[in-house]
Amino acid sequence: MHGFANPARFLRIARWLMPLCMGAGIVVAAAALGWGLFLAPAERLQGETVRIVYLHVPAAWLGMAGWMGIAAASFTELVWRHPLAGIAARACAVPGAVFTAVCLVTGSLWGRPAWGTWWVWDGRLTSMLVLLFLYFGWMALSQASEASDGGQGAGRAPAIFGLVGAVNIPIIHYSVIWWNSQHQAPSITMGKSAMAGAFLWPLLIAMLGFTLIFAGCVLARMRAILADRQAEARLRRKALSEAEF
Amino acid sequence: MREAMDPWTFVVASYAVGVGATATMVLWSLLSMRRAEKRRDEARKR
Repeated sequence: MHGFANPARFLRIARWLMPLCMGAGIVVAAAALGWGLFLAPAERLQGETVRIVYLHVPAAWLGMAGWMGIAAASFTELVWRHPLAGIAARACAVPGAVFTAVCLVTGSLWGRPAWGTWWVWDGRLTSMLVLLFLYFGWMALSQASEASDGGQGAGRAPAIFGLVGAVNIPIIHYSVIWWNSQHQAPSITMGKSAMAGAFLWPLLIAMLGFTLIFAGCVLARMRAILADRQAEARLRRKALSEAEF
Repeated sequence: MREAMDPWTFVVASYAVGVGATATMVLWSLLSMRRAEKRRDEARKR
């Protein structure tokens, strides 16, 4: 793992891995959404609105995965000071926030016909909204920290925030078990599923497709942040050398 | 009496939001990466 912390080695891998993840993700996600929209059956109680699950569940998974990525990168940055860890944390933030917002909006659009309301302040919905606000706070703190240290890294404060904010992830997951909730209990748990195969397969394929798109976006963001820093460093060195003469 | 809702309106709106947001994020990631790498290459040439 330490070997991948070398920016030159990372760039060599990311140059072929990023388009591969992005391309495969778009094809797989499009196929799964087409399957879910046109081929999968309607559900006995929820009818056609069950098709929202093929977007809502991958978005929820990636909203949480994005923060787990920030927490893992923050831990790596604080403990081992990997040069790429802060960049990886910053790269996870926007895709994670986008998928969290998609989860909230599609959930609201599903709630209206299923529950008769756009929103309820129950544990699952509220903890997911808190996650979106955590993303906004983390991005603001990271940007402020970056500006104050001259673009040298994401900084200690965002890394600590990333680790502390991770406490919300198990709260989101267990909210429907701990508290009475309008939201249904988990349909898929480790090794077993309460869903019929006709719904489960397109859902699993959609999750794979969107996860690949997420990985492609994170790699593209890492390349962008790294290139920005390299350009800044080069321009600063040049300005310094010109000032000396 | 509650008016019956057309479920497809909600399904189509969800897909429009989800696919639109994902496509925008993919395009933004690729364009910002291309712009940043072009800027770095220009800085190297100077």
